[in-house]
Amino acid sequence: MTSDVTAGIRDTPLRAVHERLGATMTEFAGWLMPLRYGSETAEHRAVRTDAALFDLSHMGEIAVTGPGADEALDYAVTGWPSALAVGRARYTMLCAPDGGVLDDLIIYRRSADEFLVVANAANTAVVLAELRKRCGGAEVTDLTAVVGLISIQGPNGPGLLSSITSLDLAGMPYYAGAYGTVAGRRAWVARTGYTGEDGFEIFCANEDCEPVWDALAATGPAGAGLAAAGLSVRDTLRLEAGMPLYGSELGPDVTPYEAGLGRVVRLDKPGDFVGRDALAARAAEGPGRVLVGLVMRSRRVPRHGYPVLSGDGLSGDGLAGEVPVGVVTSGGPSPSVGAPIAMAYVAADAAAGPFQVDVRGRGEPASVTKLPFYDRRK
Amino acid sequence: MSVPAELRYTAEHEWVSIAGETATIGITDYAATALGDVVYVSLPAVGDAVTAGDPCGEVESYKSVSELYSPLDGEVVEINEELADDPGLINAEPYGLGWMFRVRLTGGADAPGLLSPTEYEELSKSTG
Repeated sequence: MTSDVTAGIRDTPLRAVHERLGATMTEFAGWLMPLRYGSETAEHRAVRTDAALFDLSHMGEIAVTGPGADEALDYAVTGWPSALAVGRARYTMLCAPDGGVLDDLIIYRRSADEFLVVANAANTAVVLAELRKRCGGAEVTDLTAVVGLISIQGPNGPGLLSSITSLDLAGMPYYAGAYGTVAGRRAWVARTGYTGEDGFEIFCANEDCEPVWDALAATGPAGAGLAAAGLSVRDTLRLEAGMPLYGSELGPDVTPYEAGLGRVVRLDKPGDFVGRDALAARAAEGPGRVLVGLVMRSRRVPRHGYPVLSGDGLSGDGLAGEVPVGVVTSGGPSPSVGAPIAMAYVAADAAAGPFQVDVRGRGEPASVTKLPFYDRRK
Repeated sequence: MSVPAELRYTAEHEWVSIAGETATIGITDYAATALGDVVYVSLPAVGDAVTAGDPCGEVESYKSVSELYSPLDGEVVEINEELADDPGLINAEPYGLGWMFRVRLTGGADAPGLLSPTEYEELSKSTG
């Protein structure tokens, strides 16, 4: 790695913490991020059964403010931000005029004239440029370099965070947020996440990140502290929860309808928005391919880009005569399911299966399942 | 990173323990740490002939899959059946319970490509 490349990689405000914890670090979307701290299976299970901390400071935070911010955002994204009550949040998308997805976002309404838009790290520059172009009349400010994001996820997360925050978390619904303090530091605390568990995301100033992290860690077992979890299990957790990842399930060549997320396109909202005509047409015609969940019947792991073939391959003919019907978008081991799982786009007329995945030249049979693979309420 | 002095190594981050005509093979602590939790390992079958430098299996972790190579010529005489149910043994004890397969050597024990512990340590430092 040359020094020029190293110099271009951004550190989160928590780099020293990750080093202290012995994390394996990786470059992700231009940021040096913790990939894992130790055993991935242990981190995954900590989130499913207890709670764990994530550093998500690489995410883009963009403020859209001013008296016209609500209507400006209505034009910029597929959702209906002006209809959001103060203190509530929505999952939405920024689409191109042709309906392709430029990024998936969470928008929080922090006050009547103040919205926080959270973008994927790899897309922050695109989202910022598009919002500046589309949100005439509102002020668009990139906060990414000055705001950090710590997430506590897992069934014990609310109880642990309660002990060090000024906010009444029990009264905060899912997809809501409020200003308060955590460990005495001012923060925007929201009941959101990307794991399929209950949990909170804590946005605070860079310089407050380490004290907030340390205070959260100290709510865990004496000595070891609350578990930390890295990007590796962030991916397996969101995959089990059937949540799309930009660059895998979502991209400029995909519309929200194919991803099974047509509900985020508010064709019923008043006024024009970028992509409306193309998306209305796509809504009427129905998607040519659909996103399906696959549970593997072998232990070999399907991965991004592997072909999906028709037939379950159990006739003993291997791959001979099988027809490609789709492609794996995300795949990985699933501690909760106990078998490898994948999401894949397949042709709509072949979506019933049966399928096999071409895992490096050998067909591995897969069962189709309804998404999500894991639902904490079941 | 542990590099036991009594073993020999390969550039593919595998270790070899040779006793008489039999070699026991696994992946190194460095490899196991770099991969993260191993979730599945595909081993050659007992009776398979293996050739030095040729792939003979796969190691799957959360984020990646790597090929397993035979460091020596020979015939597979035993595989670690425990790994089917508990591939995590590879992370917990890469040089012990996480061993992978045993080969009866057909080309003799003086394989030219194997590295000494010192040579392997140098190599993994330059990679890491």
